[in-house]
Amino acid sequence: MDFMVFQYPMISVQACLDGILLGILFALIAYGMALQWGVMNIINIAQGDLVILGGYIAYFMYLYGIHPAWGVIVSPIIMFFVGIAIYKLVINKVVDRDLFISILATFGISILFMQLMNFAFGADVVLANSDYGTTMLFNSNVVLPNSKIFSAFISILFAICLVIYMKKSKLGRAIRATAQNARAAKILGVDTEKVYAATFGINAALCGVAGALISITFTIHPYMGLPYTIRSFMIVIVAGLGNLPGVAMSGMGLGVFEEFADYILGTEFRIGSVFLLLVLILVYRRFKLSRKREYLK
Amino acid sequence: MSISKNNLILYIGILTFGIAAPFIFPAFKVQLSILCVLIVLATTWNIQGGEMGYNSFGNILFYGLGMYLCASVQVGMFFPLAEWTESGGEKTFVHTPAQFFQGMAFGLIVAAVVPTIVAGLIGYSILGLRGHYFAICTLGLGVAAGEISGGIEIIGAGQGFTTPPFPDVGSLDSRGEFFYFLSFFVLVLTFIAVRGIYSTRFKLILNAIRDNEDKAEAMGIETMKYKIVGWMISAFFCGLAGGIMGGLVGYIDSTDVAFDGREMGVFMVLMAILGGKGTLWGPIIGATVFHIFKEGFWTFFLGWQYVALGVLIVVIVIYFPEGIMGWLREKYPERFGEVVDEKDRKAQVELK
Repeated sequence: MDFMVFQYPMISVQACLDGILLGILFALIAYGMALQWGVMNIINIAQGDLVILGGYIAYFMYLYGIHPAWGVIVSPIIMFFVGIAIYKLVINKVVDRDLFISILATFGISILFMQLMNFAFGADVVLANSDYGTTMLFNSNVVLPNSKIFSAFISILFAICLVIYMKKSKLGRAIRATAQNARAAKILGVDTEKVYAATFGINAALCGVAGALISITFTIHPYMGLPYTIRSFMIVIVAGLGNLPGVAMSGMGLGVFEEFADYILGTEFRIGSVFLLLVLILVYRRFKLSRKREYLK
Repeated sequence: MSISKNNLILYIGILTFGIAAPFIFPAFKVQLSILCVLIVLATTWNIQGGEMGYNSFGNILFYGLGMYLCASVQVGMFFPLAEWTESGGEKTFVHTPAQFFQGMAFGLIVAAVVPTIVAGLIGYSILGLRGHYFAICTLGLGVAAGEISGGIEIIGAGQGFTTPPFPDVGSLDSRGEFFYFLSFFVLVLTFIAVRGIYSTRFKLILNAIRDNEDKAEAMGIETMKYKIVGWMISAFFCGLAGGIMGGLVGYIDSTDVAFDGREMGVFMVLMAILGGKGTLWGPIIGATVFHIFKEGFWTFFLGWQYVALGVLIVVIVIYFPEGIMGWLREKYPERFGEVVDEKDRKAQVELK
């Protein structure tokens, strides 16, 4: 245990700012999860692996001499088609089934992706260097890499674009209608199959953006997917489905929590504390709901 | 619990085969012991996943806990634990045969009892969750346990923990035989316990919880109590299995051996589903088929095992969710004591 964080207030400021910038990224992934959960009633355990795959696309552009920031454009386009392929191969067979089936099936996809990435890209921790420099704040007591600020900015931009798209476009309206009532939407002429595929594609594209940003700001590794899934799941259950400000707030909250856990408990307990927080949140939620005599179903 | 004549012959046959197996296949003793452990895990997973409808990814928690506890007790009874893990263990301290077996016995008792208590303590909070919330929560529990135990110094942290090596008691084969008979004994114990449970009202209550928990509660069943007891039974046998597996593997690593949610944690779910969840024999058949497949074909994939595993999970879950027993039941319903009304069946086919 290290209590430096309480003795030097600047470290707390650093942790908060880092956490908020990180949390915005988490919120982007969580938004994708909320989308598919709301529309298709599917919990995608492979979400984190899609993120990592998106990150590798940006990393490979970096290896071939293209600035990795372009990955923010390229990665979602590729990931959109990857998402549609996954939907056509697996997800469309589990949409109407028991939720556990979808969890287990996506768990299988997650393992598959993890291993394929391990073969294709190797088991090294990699990062795409963006050369953006750093910003000093408060008499250079707080150091923020510009890449983090850039990634937070891009995440917000994508989130805003998506919200506008969902509100205004025809497909966006079809997606929202399907989320409200798939059967009624079908009767009224919405091709739900197409909507599902598009939703999953958009989700994968969001993961691609987030992954590209993560490869610039942090590191990526084939086995690092599951924590991102758990984080986005946690954010969604705290915020609720279809509550974008809530998703953003709880994402930032989670980011700050993680940074503080990192400083206080040590880096080796960082992931462990995330998973433990998930368990605590679920248990808290269970007691809160049982007091209200409601059921989770 | 009545045993018909045919079943008695079957049981005696299996028991004889089980006892004779290490002598018939001396080269496969370790594999057979692992098979026993896998069957125990699948069968106990089935108590929640199959009978109770609570799909848990978290039974790996008890398995890993049992593994660490058994090894820690076995070492800690005679030697200082911290020094053991620091020095890599076996080089500085050597267990005499008596110490080894005493330690193993106490270790297994602790490995069975503590997870049971843990299951009882966390059961009230965790088992109140439903459906996918329960599944994800238990998944989180397993991973959290792995990550946290990987940071604790006294049990080896990231470097892992070497369990006491088997003492020199004459022949070279004795290690394999010891672990085989130990795991086979636990398997028989599990089977008797589970079969006993399944022939009582307890199983019917678990099924009622699976089919409609609210209704079961409305009928006056204290569902929470039964859910916790069911989970504790699983935890007991998972802990035992973990303790044995720790000794068998000889080396404990937090995320790769003990709390291996990616491998063992999924295997137990997969085996139960492959065999047919919600049946007594399903998990046993599933585990056997899975283990034979895994050991037989794993070597052909040469590093692509996990890719194959991912594909296997997806294929089984999507195309074969009823499992082998479910398929047999569909095909030969008479054997399962079901009366088929041909008219009704035809009507249902037409409806489809």
